[in-house]
Amino acid sequence: MGRYQDRMHLLQKDMMARYYAELQVSAEGGGEKAAYMLVSGNPVELVRAFGLLPVFPEVNALQLAVKKQALPFIQKAEELGYSIDNCAYVKADIGCYLSGRKTPLGEIPRPSLILCNYVGCNVYLQWFEHLAEYDPTPIFNLDIPFTRLDHGEPAAEDVAYVVRQLEDLVAVCEGLTGRALDEARLRRVVELSAETGELWSQVKALTRRRPSPFDAYFDSVTMMAPLYCLRGTEECRDFFRAAVDELTERADAGQGPLPEERFRIVVEGPPPWPYLRTFRDMFSRWGAVAVASTYSTVGGLWEFGFRHDPDKPLESIARHMLQWNLTNRNFLQRYDQIRRYVEEWEADALVIHSVKSCRLFSAGQGDMREYFTKELGVPTLLVESDLQDPRYFSEAQMKNRVDAFFESLSHRRAVTGAAS
Amino acid sequence: MATPLDDSLARCRTLLETPLAEVAGGWKCAHPGGSVIGCFPVYTPAELIHASGALPLGVLGAGNQVEIAHADARFQSFVCSIVKSTLELGLTSRLDGVDAMVFHSICDPARNLASVFKRNFPGVPVFYLHLPQNMGARAVEYLDAEYRRFLAGLAELNGRAATADDLRSSLALFDTWRALVRGLYRVRAGSPEKLSAAECYALVRAGTLMPVEEHAALLGAALPALEARPARPKDRIRVVLEGSFCEQPPLELIERLEEAGCYLVDDDFLLGWRFFGQDVGAGSGDPVRALAEAYVDASVYSGIKHDLREPKAKHLLDKVRALRADAVVILAAKFCEPALFDYALYRKALDEARIPHLFLEFEEKAWVFDRLRSEVETFVESMLFA
Ligand code: SF4
Ligand code: SF4
Repeated sequence: MGRYQDRMHLLQKDMMARYYAELQVSAEGGGEKAAYMLVSGNPVELVRAFGLLPVFPEVNALQLAVKKQALPFIQKAEELGYSIDNCAYVKADIGCYLSGRKTPLGEIPRPSLILCNYVGCNVYLQWFEHLAEYDPTPIFNLDIPFTRLDHGEPAAEDVAYVVRQLEDLVAVCEGLTGRALDEARLRRVVELSAETGELWSQVKALTRRRPSPFDAYFDSVTMMAPLYCLRGTEECRDFFRAAVDELTERADAGQGPLPEERFRIVVEGPPPWPYLRTFRDMFSRWGAVAVASTYSTVGGLWEFGFRHDPDKPLESIARHMLQWNLTNRNFLQRYDQIRRYVEEWEADALVIHSVKSCRLFSAGQGDMREYFTKELGVPTLLVESDLQDPRYFSEAQMKNRVDAFFESLSHRRAVTGAAS
Repeated sequence: MATPLDDSLARCRTLLETPLAEVAGGWKCAHPGGSVIGCFPVYTPAELIHASGALPLGVLGAGNQVEIAHADARFQSFVCSIVKSTLELGLTSRLDGVDAMVFHSICDPARNLASVFKRNFPGVPVFYLHLPQNMGARAVEYLDAEYRRFLAGLAELNGRAATADDLRSSLALFDTWRALVRGLYRVRAGSPEKLSAAECYALVRAGTLMPVEEHAALLGAALPALEARPARPKDRIRVVLEGSFCEQPPLELIERLEEAGCYLVDDDFLLGWRFFGQDVGAGSGDPVRALAEAYVDASVYSGIKHDLREPKAKHLLDKVRALRADAVVILAAKFCEPALFDYALYRKALDEARIPHLFLEFEEKAWVFDRLRSEVETFVESMLFA
């Protein structure tokens, strides 16, 4: 993405390096106590308000995959009895945990609290249950009722249930830190989250422009790590302010991530971390740019208007977890989200990356393809691999499928272009 | 000469082979205006359906009876079979007569299946129950509300709301029925030669396909006959089977497992229909509340319920010890993440407790069981002759 992205990249790298340095200090017995939690609809605000250090095993696992260091840990977990068919994030993390928690970015501290924010993914429940068994630690299941009513909103009882659990969690954190909840601090953290959410949704609106100033799939991942690990801090808010400025400049200057934007695509599903570059290149060579992606909304869905509310901190954290993230929404709501992307972001096609590990994402994506092609007439490509396990990436086969898809899109465009 | 017990067993086996649409249709003929509610595993509060005047019908996939020809284009190869076969049943009109479906938050594929059902069968209401995972007082309160919402939906469907008295008598009836099912398992635990695991399975599974009153009568007659059944104990090891709480192994596989040299003295087949080890007992209290409390505080352990108050493996060990079992067989459905994850912890606990165990995977659609059978044989031999 040239100079501008280099600037954002550098900022991001700095921030994340500082974050991992904090983890290292904590691992060495200094600094803050660590709270393990999960990305989906995470309540990081509460953890931050107590000065606890949020640790996301998923982020650590994907770092291992990106650095191509995950496989030995996955295999270690399989030796312990985990199945070849279990989510490889979990296996990489457990393998790494039991091998001393050393990642390419530093050592990960042991948790003082295992906070299982059960937002959509059932694997989460087992993952953290297992960690707590291997290394006995206080564990809290924050149970988030799934979105299941026709109107797509949580029931009033759901909100009340989550708020009460958050109150219980406050008591747990008070016991753990020996500090009472500082309500002013919580308000401030929630306010910073609201500002960050606003900026992030401005960033995401920019991809409606032509050309899109950045790739909403591959480049979004740069912004997702700070969004989860550091949301609720001034540093994170400032990073997103810089991102809005830089990406707006790019959009105004008509610059996109590729020399030419030939196809605007929506991407569904997590990326294949071990082969991110290879995968990206398969699309770049066709001039295909993602203008929207569902993966960038797992931790929170701000682009349709949600903001945290400092006047109702716990309730807004509850609503974020219940309703305003991809994972706790049902599959048909996801169809709808993608449909909106295709229409409002004016995309030419949908690409579904179906990953074996994450059935939350993938189970039923054949039906999704059916819906988009048959009901909506949106050209849809479905390719399979994995987000974490390098053994499931078959480059040649995948490239053939991608090439065939874009060839046919090009052909179709040539035909309709000639006709009009 | 066939005894009344043989007749009951034969009746159950026939019912297991009867297409669901026929079962649903038959019940509706006898109950004009009544509706049939299909219940995907694992646990559905069937009492609420019964009290609403509807029939709770177990929809547990298609076993090895139906070839999956359409659903595999919707759900990938790495998704368990029951998700696909249940969708296949719908796509091939084999669920005609089922007026609504119930799914729950048991795992990620089942959750997405609920949505796929909704889209593909717009005329069939889908109830989705989120069963709580933070076990305690908060969960009871929440589940109470969830059950009332379910009841309201059922009332709308049936045109009639269940009263507190309806609910209380349904709870009492299901308590009686579950006690009878526990009676069967007591026979298995005490004198497994009198009732094979496959027979026991067929008897219980029939209960997912007929009104609870009828099934209670059937079991009520079968139990004394079983006690009196002449049978000589065989030289087999006593095994607790774990891991088949959702997708169900074919009946033939259950037969083969026992024939390979073990008595399955307990298992988690059809677990949702055996979800409470004791009576729910509404008494004079609020029946919905009682059912919610039972889920949170008195239900069995399972791969789809994560109760952090006690490690899951401890329950398994307790069960093994209480039943004086010699070994554990983990029989997990292929691609079933909850069962596959559980295994890692079970294995650790079983190793530490020095309890022999064997891990097997199955698919409901399987026809050939030679390999599984010989694995069990080898395992049993290693125990008998080691
Ligand atoms: S199944 Fe998906 S959401 Fe769940 S832990 Fe694995 S990768 Fe994460
Ligand atoms: S068999 Fe396992 S993975 Fe499949 S629906 Fe049942 S619980 Fe889910």
